[in-house]
Amino acid sequence: MTRGNGWVGTILRVNLTDGTIKKEPLNMKDANDFVGARGLGTKYYCNEVDPKVDPLSPENKMIFMTGPLTGTAACSAGRYEVVSKAPLTGIIGAANSGGHFGPELKYAGYDGIIFEGKADHPVYLHIDDELVELLDATDLWGQGVHPVTEAMEERHGKVRVATIGTPGERGVLFAAIMNDKNRAAGRGGMGAVMGSKNLKAVVVRGTGGVKVANPEGFMNEITRARTMLREHPVTGAGLGALGTEVLVNMINEVGGLPLHNARDGAFWDKADDTSGERLAQTYLVKNQGCFGCTIACGRVTKIEGRGNLDGFGEGPEYEAGWSYGAACGVNDLGAIVKANFICNEQGMDPITLGSTVACAMELFEMGAIPESDIGFPLRFGDAEAMVKITQMCADGEGFGNVIGLGSYRLAEKYGHPELSMSTKKQEMPAYDGRAIQGIGLEYATSNRGGCHVRGYMISPEVMGIPVKMDPLTTEGKGAMLKTFQDLTALCDSTGICLFTTFGIGLPEIAGQYREAVGSTETDEEILLKGERIWNLEKRFNLEAGVEKDTLPPRLLREALPSGPAKGKVNELQTMLADYYEARNWTADGIPTQEKLDELSITY
Amino acid sequence: MAKQLVVDPKKCVSCRTCELVCSFKHNEEFNPRLSNVSVFHYEEAAITVPIMCMQCDEAACAAICPTGALKRNADGVVTHDANKCIVCKMCVSACPLGNVSYSVAKKKIFKCDLCDGETWCAVHCPTGAISVVDPDEVPDKKKLAADKMKAAVEEVCA
Repeated sequence: MTRGNGWVGTILRVNLTDGTIKKEPLNMKDANDFVGARGLGTKYYCNEVDPKVDPLSPENKMIFMTGPLTGTAACSAGRYEVVSKAPLTGIIGAANSGGHFGPELKYAGYDGIIFEGKADHPVYLHIDDELVELLDATDLWGQGVHPVTEAMEERHGKVRVATIGTPGERGVLFAAIMNDKNRAAGRGGMGAVMGSKNLKAVVVRGTGGVKVANPEGFMNEITRARTMLREHPVTGAGLGALGTEVLVNMINEVGGLPLHNARDGAFWDKADDTSGERLAQTYLVKNQGCFGCTIACGRVTKIEGRGNLDGFGEGPEYEAGWSYGAACGVNDLGAIVKANFICNEQGMDPITLGSTVACAMELFEMGAIPESDIGFPLRFGDAEAMVKITQMCADGEGFGNVIGLGSYRLAEKYGHPELSMSTKKQEMPAYDGRAIQGIGLEYATSNRGGCHVRGYMISPEVMGIPVKMDPLTTEGKGAMLKTFQDLTALCDSTGICLFTTFGIGLPEIAGQYREAVGSTETDEEILLKGERIWNLEKRFNLEAGVEKDTLPPRLLREALPSGPAKGKVNELQTMLADYYEARNWTADGIPTQEKLDELSITY
Repeated sequence: MAKQLVVDPKKCVSCRTCELVCSFKHNEEFNPRLSNVSVFHYEEAAITVPIMCMQCDEAACAAICPTGALKRNADGVVTHDANKCIVCKMCVSACPLGNVSYSVAKKKIFKCDLCDGETWCAVHCPTGAISVVDPDEVPDKKKLAADKMKAAVEEVCA
């Protein structure tokens, strides 16, 4: 029996300009140094693309990359990453997605796909094991995610489909790539990059398999990790029963649920109306798992008997539930679920979209956006207007096109860029950086702009994983965030889901990785790869021209008016100094030559 | 007597862990298409059904096998002996449930052998949607109905 190493060994290079398709051996040196998925995709990208590239130009490339654990029975190992320069932020964009698409790509025999150039008409990539072809997508252009997926299944049989909706075709700056209908490579506008290349979909069927280096050792490691996940209260019970929306009441209880574009603090008396518990009592049909997942946090949801809101699909996640809920002041859970359906059906990031609507609501209420621009009043708490403006954004109609620019460009257009609740032009998710200090530091330093999944400080600061830290203080946050960022980069790059890190830690991630690839490296040596990935992303961003690490002035100057964190602002400068020191970067947040040498980064 | 696999679709979250560990146990590779268990997901109904060999008492696959490659062993499991198999594929046609498979890539017949008693699909199922029981202990649906009746009576009388 031949042994494997978690990889299938081949990268597809698809040039959309001239239609050529090449099969290249996987660069094993880079795979070892940068793990896979997010890290390896970024390494390939940095090797090949000018950091000054216009993200929506043919000169930009877009990379789909799996990890060495993707497609195996490692815990929740169905992930793949889409890497490109993000049009929303102008810095590195790496968007991670679950479902079943990533494993299918490996079963077809490919670890990743590099897309180059731009097709002269709409096309889709069809992969059936050895057969790889670009086919005409003219009939699919203009269609939403679900019809395209169903059309591909009808035409090609049992395939897995990643596609964009019409917002991606039009260049909406937060368009997502959707696979298996409702799973999203969601943030930063990877869907817009795909649309700019006239690439509508990637359709895969694979009949091969994935082998690992040490079958017996691998089974031992994955059984240990899976057992820990099944026995942990968060991953074994909470997330399965209540989904990520279980966080609504938890975060509100610490006064960290940003209300009305964070204008009115972060403590909401109506929070429970939008909670995971309420969802379970109302629109939840069943929970569902992605590929190989013991957690099964996915929400299959259905709305019936509410007229225009009726629909069937998945979600919302906590962050979408917040962006359409507390951020917009809407406590009609049906409207929140519906707005999320629209995002899934057309491929848009609901964090950015909901936050942009919230920003527009504040600008409207203060008189900065005239009603004539929108066509109707857009006030906090107006569920009907919220769903309507979301649909207009999906359809490219009227003011929906302005919403499609994201909150930063919208707020700037109306003279108030400071009211965009974003860092590096990407919207911050559902945790207030005043009530939870470390998450503020995370938003400020994240390599892809406002984001909760680049080092989830909610784990220590609210949930006490792996240790409980006081959310209101700054001490030790810089060093903890550095560790979380490196661990997250490692986790994303292996191909397993970040949510596993509620129940397992470095020893289990490193253990599964070692047995799959056949490595004898220590846990610390493997974690160092995460640090290498983080520093490479940072170097790319500096070359691309990244803004300095900071937060919207609201979080730094406007004290919370109520709740358990009343009176607090984010004390960023104190934490930043600690963070840069922990990273061994300069006081201005630049990686030192010494650090780059230690990590063997030459970029 | 063979153990009995029991499937509870209500508990299945369609993660396909069973497909993965089954293929790995028998082939040392993760490949759902070489798995003896297949997971079928019905999106509109939000129901998922894992399907695998039930070790029929009157096993059509064994009855039709011309070479004796498919035979019931001492534990009651219908096992497949690749050395005796001529890959005529009659068993694939004969099984009324589609639980004997042929791999084009591997040019071989494969079916569930209950992992020589280890039943990986059941052991690794995260939700208990697949379990393995003695046939005499298959959950009695009559008993479950009686439990409900008891609860109802208690509520009415209380």
